[in-house]
Amino acid sequence: MANNISQDQVKHVAELAKLELNDKQLDYFTDQLGDIIGLFETLNEVDTTDVPVTTSVSDQLNVMREDVADNWNQKEALLANAPETENGYIKVPTIIDESED
Amino acid sequence: MNYFDKDLTSLHDDLVNKKITAEELTKQTFANMKQTDQTTQAFLNLNEDEAVRTAQEIDKAGIDPENLLSGIPVAIKDNLVTKGLTTTAASKMLENFKPIYSATAVEKLAAKQTINVGKTNMDEFAMGGSTENSAFKVTTNAWDKTKVPGGSSGGSAAAVASGQVPLALGSDTGGSIRQPASFNGVVGMKPTYGRVSRWGLIAFGSSLDEIGPITRSVKDNAVALSAIAGHDDHDLTTSTKEVPDFAAELNEKTTVKGMKIGLPKEFIGEGVDEDVKNAVLAAADKYRELGATVDEVSLPHNKYGVAAYYIIASSEASSNLQRFDGIRYGYRADDVKNLEDVYVKSRSEGFGDEVKRRIMLGTYSLSAGFYDAYFKKAAKVRTLIIRDFQKVMEDHDFIMGPVAPTVAFSIGAEISDPMTMYMNDILTIPVNLAGLPGMSIPAGFSNGMPIGLQLIGKPFDEETLYKAGYVFEQNTDFHKKTPELGGQA
Repeated sequence: MANNISQDQVKHVAELAKLELNDKQLDYFTDQLGDIIGLFETLNEVDTTDVPVTTSVSDQLNVMREDVADNWNQKEALLANAPETENGYIKVPTIIDESED
Repeated sequence: MNYFDKDLTSLHDDLVNKKITAEELTKQTFANMKQTDQTTQAFLNLNEDEAVRTAQEIDKAGIDPENLLSGIPVAIKDNLVTKGLTTTAASKMLENFKPIYSATAVEKLAAKQTINVGKTNMDEFAMGGSTENSAFKVTTNAWDKTKVPGGSSGGSAAAVASGQVPLALGSDTGGSIRQPASFNGVVGMKPTYGRVSRWGLIAFGSSLDEIGPITRSVKDNAVALSAIAGHDDHDLTTSTKEVPDFAAELNEKTTVKGMKIGLPKEFIGEGVDEDVKNAVLAAADKYRELGATVDEVSLPHNKYGVAAYYIIASSEASSNLQRFDGIRYGYRADDVKNLEDVYVKSRSEGFGDEVKRRIMLGTYSLSAGFYDAYFKKAAKVRTLIIRDFQKVMEDHDFIMGPVAPTVAFSIGAEISDPMTMYMNDILTIPVNLAGLPGMSIPAGFSNGMPIGLQLIGKPFDEETLYKAGYVFEQNTDFHKKTPELGGQA
């Protein structure tokens, strides 16, 4: 029933979103996403000729404020949330995997 | 202390008259919470030491006789950041996250001398309608421990409904305050978009998210909203409109006489449970009896709300959740060889299935070749949904209908079927798309489970909803019923 999206497309979308799916997940996500995308398709029934898009319902537009820093002197508390730190810096693995050729 | 027979006014009187101190009240609140939460499982994290300290300080400073919230214990949904107090959004991704600041709504409640007793369970990152998507625990409905409390603010609603706290904050992106309030027989308000600052709310769908109070009575809710609302330089989508004292005009003189109410035929049509429909029709008769007029109206694009919403909300979520990359804070996977691994493994292990589903739906809707067909189309349908509401509101004061098509369902019944779960939001979602205020109030029972009545207002007219809700409450008994907590009595 759910052929609105293929397994290859789901794999591609997962890659774009920096997610990794195992085979089982790929199976059920493909079915589920297919169903939901089928629901999305019902919007084609609606005539939206000359209808503008709505991306915000705020009554405020283009609000300006002074560019002033506040609540900024909290380096230690911030670093305490980092998974790995060294000498006051956040530590990450190498960008290029050196274990491979 | 349980809060079944108490409201903010009576608690305040006891505090002012020194029948109880804030410290005693807080300690009794924790004693009751710890017992009831063995079944309810509403809380992820208790704030006991700091709460007792805060209560002692308030006792020392003295209860402010003009401030109904002075010394009152409150609970906070766990997607609102609380300085120094672990905030997880019910995700493994943030299991050990300690925020360095507090959300504006949390700060404003604290400035009113409330006492934060802890953080409530929810669907992970507020995605879901049953609180079963929490990475940590399953919260039960206050009325039946085999039923879901609704979601995503299920912990907050269950905490209030089971008498653990008189007031809890929730957030509502597609119904996440109103639906759990409905499922638990309490009052939940999703205010107008821009009424309450979203600063410090862990972002899900930024054009839809709104923070609001969950309470046992309409008046308590009004008091709480006045406390947390208002413009905030940290959230420039907040309105500069003045915040009324919403509770000021809720008294024996409050009336709905002459009010014009619209009842959309789409809200009581196919798919809506018979008992729910009958409760709404009975509520319409009650409003007529009290001097209002209720006539049938139409929101023709309502049925497209769910599709438009899941495109827009998921698109915004996929963007907002990019920040969780395992670098600066949050979960980082072990066994990573390079930086790409950190991103992919941390996100794949840190997020639950529902969050992944939404991220992928959003990524798909925004991706090259699909943007016009999905995101842009949904944003246009959103405009039509807004116009439907505007048309009805031209000659009506507010709209009434059910909150959800059914009462609370069984734990485990729908969790493996996302489509069914999504369709439950059909009556709440359009209100978020339009940015309108919407409130759930108790309006009946079906097989012992509460039914919520939804009142939907004009932008920034929460006042009319509170008045109409208050009058309904004063003339019905639904809010007086309390659950017999399963296995706890």
